[in-house]
Amino acid sequence: MSVATKSVGAALSRVDGRAKVTGQARYAFEEPVEGVAYAAAVTATIAAGEIDAIDAQRALALPGVLAVISHDNAPRLGETDDGELLLFQSDTVHYRGQIVAAVVAETLEAAREAAACVRVDYAARDHDVELTAEHPRLYNPEKVNPSFPADTAHGDAEAALAKADVVVDATYTTAPVHNNAMEPHATLAFWEGDDLTLYDSIQGTYGARRTIAQVFDLDPERVRVIAQHVGGGFGSKGTPRPQSVLAAIAARMVERPVKCALTRQQMFASVGYRTPTIQRVRLGATQDGRLTAIAHDAFEQTSTVREFAEQTCVATRMMYAAPDRLTRHRLVALDVPTPSWMRAPGECPGMFALESAIDELAVACNLDPIELRIRNEPELDPEKGIPFSSRNLVACLREGAERFGWAEREARTDGRWLIGSGVASSVYPVYRSPSKATARFEPDGGYSVEIAATDIGTGARTVLTQIAADALGVDTEHVRLEIGDSDFGQAAIAGGSMGTASWGTAVVRACEALLAQGEGEATVNTADEIKAQSELSRHAFGAQFVEVRVDADSGEVRPNRILGMFAVGRVINPKTARSQFIGGMTQGLGMALQEESVMDRGFGDYLNHDLAQYHVPVNADIEDIVAAWIDEDDGELNPMGSKGIGEIGIVGTAAAVANAVFHATGKRVRELPIRLDRVLA
Amino acid sequence: MKAFAYERARDAAAAVAAGADGATFLGGGTNLVDLMKLGVAEPQRLVDVSKLPFDAIEETPEGRLRIGAAVRNTDLAAHPLVRERYPVLSQALLAGASGQLRNLATVGGNLLQRTRCSYFQDVTKPCNKRRPGSGCPAVEGEHRNHAILGHSEHCVATHPSDMAVALAAIGASVHVLGANGERTIPIPGLHRLPGERPQHDTVLNGGDLITAVELGAPAPRSVYRKVRDRASFAFAVFSVAAVVEPADGALQDVRIALGGVAHTPWRAERAEAVLRGAEATPERFAEAAEAELAEARPLRDNAFKVPLARNVLIRTLAELTA
Repeated sequence: MSVATKSVGAALSRVDGRAKVTGQARYAFEEPVEGVAYAAAVTATIAAGEIDAIDAQRALALPGVLAVISHDNAPRLGETDDGELLLFQSDTVHYRGQIVAAVVAETLEAAREAAACVRVDYAARDHDVELTAEHPRLYNPEKVNPSFPADTAHGDAEAALAKADVVVDATYTTAPVHNNAMEPHATLAFWEGDDLTLYDSIQGTYGARRTIAQVFDLDPERVRVIAQHVGGGFGSKGTPRPQSVLAAIAARMVERPVKCALTRQQMFASVGYRTPTIQRVRLGATQDGRLTAIAHDAFEQTSTVREFAEQTCVATRMMYAAPDRLTRHRLVALDVPTPSWMRAPGECPGMFALESAIDELAVACNLDPIELRIRNEPELDPEKGIPFSSRNLVACLREGAERFGWAEREARTDGRWLIGSGVASSVYPVYRSPSKATARFEPDGGYSVEIAATDIGTGARTVLTQIAADALGVDTEHVRLEIGDSDFGQAAIAGGSMGTASWGTAVVRACEALLAQGEGEATVNTADEIKAQSELSRHAFGAQFVEVRVDADSGEVRPNRILGMFAVGRVINPKTARSQFIGGMTQGLGMALQEESVMDRGFGDYLNHDLAQYHVPVNADIEDIVAAWIDEDDGELNPMGSKGIGEIGIVGTAAAVANAVFHATGKRVRELPIRLDRVLA
Repeated sequence: MKAFAYERARDAAAAVAAGADGATFLGGGTNLVDLMKLGVAEPQRLVDVSKLPFDAIEETPEGRLRIGAAVRNTDLAAHPLVRERYPVLSQALLAGASGQLRNLATVGGNLLQRTRCSYFQDVTKPCNKRRPGSGCPAVEGEHRNHAILGHSEHCVATHPSDMAVALAAIGASVHVLGANGERTIPIPGLHRLPGERPQHDTVLNGGDLITAVELGAPAPRSVYRKVRDRASFAFAVFSVAAVVEPADGALQDVRIALGGVAHTPWRAERAEAVLRGAEATPERFAEAAEAELAEARPLRDNAFKVPLARNVLIRTLAELTA
């Protein structure tokens, strides 16, 4: 065995990079299987009502069609709390685009043509698809995602606001946005007796196994979910989506393996999105910018299928020190697709509002916005009253300001362009979830490590190899890492920025156990270790700095440069970390300037349902983007000393852009996206 | 997607005969194939005209350019004579689509691309252009990027081409081979306003094959300015192509066309009339913009296009004549 090197911290290229660029890496839909059939979904063309009749005759008469599935003939499914998965169980239509039938055929082409020939007659009723802050059916949810209280109050924020020297009271709105991962949601399903196997495009195989087992009323041991390579998810693949269930139902009915991939258009209805929000933020402060009150009210939507309550105000509860604080979430169930997780659910839209309001307060107090934030830095977590494991927001603001040239910033003009700069803070919680890993001596002198982690494009396979190599004291080439298979046991999903921390802990402990026993294999579950960790407030922090130019004639906003400065514990791989940060900031830029799922009120669906009409940033939009991080040594996290980095990049970006637009133009745009017509208005 | 027959046209006459018999011409396929996937276009027979010998860019004896209909957008934008004599055309092409699409898209196909109105592209919804008589949901629905000029109650869609806007300002003509022989159609004039028959984008008949585009007099002093929601790969919210010929401190000739405002590339004749022979001053530019936009009839949610067009038109003329 060669001498061990320190792998963690090295800018290792992706261990699966070659397989990906040469097309050898297989995604769910690409898995070769004999005798496969293809399923195509038929979706509702009304937003609310009932199915009267389904006429499958024309579809069934087409060559190659094997079956038409609907509530007329589908098997009864088991219980699950995700009603979006209970396909074909009733004749009720909850939203336009809901899957109401499907065709299974010998080829994808035949399935799709036949799907277009299935005739569905409806009894439609009037639909209600518009979120407003005055909606008569607004209600107070019991909790917000995943299990936070909907409302919190510390002290008397109303009274504090009433007597504050300076008050900011502003309402911000964010548009619904869709995750739009590159790889569409896709599943291959096949049954062997009562054993079900899914090759699925999903962010977590172990959790998916449990959910699928519930839906089909099976013992979880009979279900296996495999996800070797996943082309992004941004939260929308956190749990099985309808195509997972559709493929499995179809496979059972035609007694063949079945592949089902959603179209891009269908992804705008079936797989979740970020709810639109209406947020009122009220800040009270002394003349010298010390916060006395923070109140944050969020209004958001869910569907009539199931409740998803985005935790929009949760970051506000712990961000700044103010003695009197109030946060509230109100929800309305509309005839719309169910919203779900999208990169930094809660923090992302919530911090747009809070960090815009903080910028407005800095203007009102005539203070530099960085200085204002420093003056309101809390000693303890304001909500829980406990220490932070580490909190380096101020360091990020100061170091970022230095690198960005913040002190020299000035609003200026260059021809028809108005130029200005903005800053915003970012935060994202640090979580871990119990995970199980197995490490093994291999006959060739190397090691193998198994864990049901998923690499959704983040580089998880690479960083876990680095972590294992260090734990074993060997070079990375001596470690064979196997992931993406529910048979490996309990594991965190690739979500909540907790993948690496959760899986890495398990990998380290399994490797340690293996070395201690000196032979064979060792399996470890981290449930007890995580339960025993000390009670501290654990968060990653960051600050985004943006310089924009705004066309004085057209209102077009273009970012000249973007800098993100982060405090995320130990960075395990600078190369893949940079990719996560700039990816997050790019998505934040999309949210700030372009991304918007347009609700067609007349028909009740998201109208611009493809990537030609729904604009995500392209290379030309990103001129100069830099991600950097401070050295942060936090011994209260996990064996690697790392914090999650998948989501914090997006969090403050939109507010930094909006604040820069204000600096450049003097116009405060409180609605996202900051379209040119909103700048001109 | 429905099954269809594909054939490559043997020659232009055979293509025209097939077209008159109901076949659909296929150029680069960058729009038609999308529409086929969406079920918006369901041709039974595709005749590929992209390999016909219309792929040359030739100089005419008068120093103008004749561009074969099958010339790819990328090649046209990069052609040295286009860049030198018709910068507005090169700029418009490069402002459109993406590099990959421009590599495939042909000149003929670019002119005949369909609107990107969301309702037109969604077969589950009505659209008078796709299904005449079914109604136009955009009038009351989502129409932020729809027309402000020349629209009708039957259709408020815009023409998506950047290239066509530049051609309208340059003053080009289209050579067409049809069942009754060759003819020439000027741009503007190829595209039509929606009126009561929005299903017809152009004045062409079945079987009419565009063989070439002939450009008007060289326009070395010209510019294309496109306003859009992202920096690349987005259709115009508004665009302007402008050509000027200054002489003796006055504007001897001015030609202006607007994009993103109408069912056709919109030749701004009222603005031109104000400016022809006038001095190049900000006041005159503003007057010209007002004259053109006085006709604007914005919809509920696209009134912003009027000040946007005014601002950008004034600035573009000022920069071009500076």
